[in-house]
Amino acid sequence: MTDALLLVAPVVIPFIGAAIAMLARKQATLAAATGLVASLLLAIASALLFARAMTSISTPLTLLGNWPQGIGLSLSATLPGVALVMVTALVALAAAIYAPVDIGPRRRRAGYDPMMLAMIGAVNGAFLTDDLFNLYVWFELALLCAIGLLTLDRRPAQIHGAIRYAAFAMLGATFILLGIGMIYGITATLNIHEAAAALARTPPNVASATAAALLFGGFALKAGLAPFHLWLPASYHVAPASVTAVFAGLLTKMGFYALLLIFAGLFGTASESPSAAQMAPLFGIIAAATMLVCVAGALAQTDMRRLLAYHVIAQVGYMMAGLAIATREGVAAAIFYMIHSIIVQSNLFLGAGLIRRASGSWDLTRTGGMVRHDPLFAALFAVPVLSLAGIPPLSGFWAKMIVIRESLDAGMAWIGGVALIAGLLTIVSMATFWSDACWKETPGQRIRRVPGTGLAAMALLSAATVLIGLFPQGLWTLAQQSAYMLEIGR
Amino acid sequence: MTLLYAFVGAGVVGCGLYMILSRNLVRMLLGFSLLATGANLLLFLAGRVGSQQPPIIVEGEQRLGDAADPLIQALILTAIVIGFALTVVMATLVLRAWRQSGSIRAEDANAAEAMGAPPKKPGNTA
Repeated sequence: MTDALLLVAPVVIPFIGAAIAMLARKQATLAAATGLVASLLLAIASALLFARAMTSISTPLTLLGNWPQGIGLSLSATLPGVALVMVTALVALAAAIYAPVDIGPRRRRAGYDPMMLAMIGAVNGAFLTDDLFNLYVWFELALLCAIGLLTLDRRPAQIHGAIRYAAFAMLGATFILLGIGMIYGITATLNIHEAAAALARTPPNVASATAAALLFGGFALKAGLAPFHLWLPASYHVAPASVTAVFAGLLTKMGFYALLLIFAGLFGTASESPSAAQMAPLFGIIAAATMLVCVAGALAQTDMRRLLAYHVIAQVGYMMAGLAIATREGVAAAIFYMIHSIIVQSNLFLGAGLIRRASGSWDLTRTGGMVRHDPLFAALFAVPVLSLAGIPPLSGFWAKMIVIRESLDAGMAWIGGVALIAGLLTIVSMATFWSDACWKETPGQRIRRVPGTGLAAMALLSAATVLIGLFPQGLWTLAQQSAYMLEIGR
Repeated sequence: MTLLYAFVGAGVVGCGLYMILSRNLVRMLLGFSLLATGANLLLFLAGRVGSQQPPIIVEGEQRLGDAADPLIQALILTAIVIGFALTVVMATLVLRAWRQSGSIRAEDANAAEAMGAPPKKPGNTA
């Protein structure tokens, strides 16, 4: 019973919070308090769930409504799901602390708190579910909340961005639904582990290939992999910084988690499955294209949000490289990268929001002077910037190093080479970004003070990045266990 | 029967995709509605078109006899609800775009693209 409560808590706490915040959205302070308290409770619950999952020999599992397994929905506390739920809670907490910076009473009345909490709940649901159709439902729920958050102010740019976003996401979701339907047609089950066992027994055929293609197309679109990435830089930048930070941290990674679940878990591409040999080369090309095209895109931008949006997808390319390596260590590298990237990307957008607040512009040609006016901010912001660039000893260095090392070990040196080139371009892009925003002096510019809540939120995420950077071994062991759990099921 | 059914589903999905490619936002909206319907038809086919018996266990029996697949029907019901919700949200967005700019052409809905786009030539921040 405790297990069941713990397992549903990461989903139910945000939903109850969303319901309360929905009723209380006219009172801005009450709604804000609900958001903060729900995020805190979520962080505690997810830490307890993680501790429970790590200390027990068997996997905690709950079947909703006591249906027999395979028919009813089941949530299970496996790796990497529980670790991702914890990181999600961290990002949600940081966003809730940061929110007063750019979410005023008007945006709260428009429903910021309920939609944000419901989206966090949906993301957690996707990380914990064992059921393919349930996974699809969580994606759709997260999409609905995301559309609402994108259009908080109802400005033309937001409506137009949301139309782009919704159109691409709905198309992807339909392909996912068709793919799931085909998997059910082949295996007669929707449980991922049972379906994986059934697929392993049958040789690859036209039906399973079509299902794999549909699922790959759908989830690659959600994850923002090239060539399905164009919707992301066209829509993410229209929302307030605290919203974009959560999007950048969680939504593309949720798509990539689904790719891991489907391809490393369901189709077994990281083991000696017959379908692995067919898919790995395609994955490699897509990963390389994503890394190079999106970093090049970032170099052309001067608007901070658009620049970072390109980096969001370039980072997904590195994770895809881990999956493309098609070994268990490759998948572990992807999981390590995913956890590092969620924290860093959210932090970067929070920092960009504070720079905009201080200097009055999103445009890098008009920002500057942060080092002199606020050294604490400049130091806190340097952590995610250097981590994304891959400078030791921060988390990004280990994440990139592991991906490249595993690609060499698996004899796919060309992916490692592409990752190195993209990494070099990332360093160039991040160096110009930090010096334009913090170091450069723009004559005649007035710089306003940076709010303390914003700094507190950034400190939380920066501390996590430094911690991973100083003790990468713990996370690497966790990532290896996660890759093993994905492969064998439970 | 199955083959005919599959072709009908594929046809509906094809029409939906064609309409989504239109530059008219209302046509795109209808395309999404059609696509969701086509996806539901194909989902139904995945559960095999066979028995027409409702999936109810006969009184006194322990097991379900020959019957239609109940799980796939539950899935389709859920998919219909989700598809409808998303279509309504999309319709709201298109309506809002039309009220703001008086246009339902996709080329006119590019305020997001223009926002923060890199300058076309040096010094020109358009």
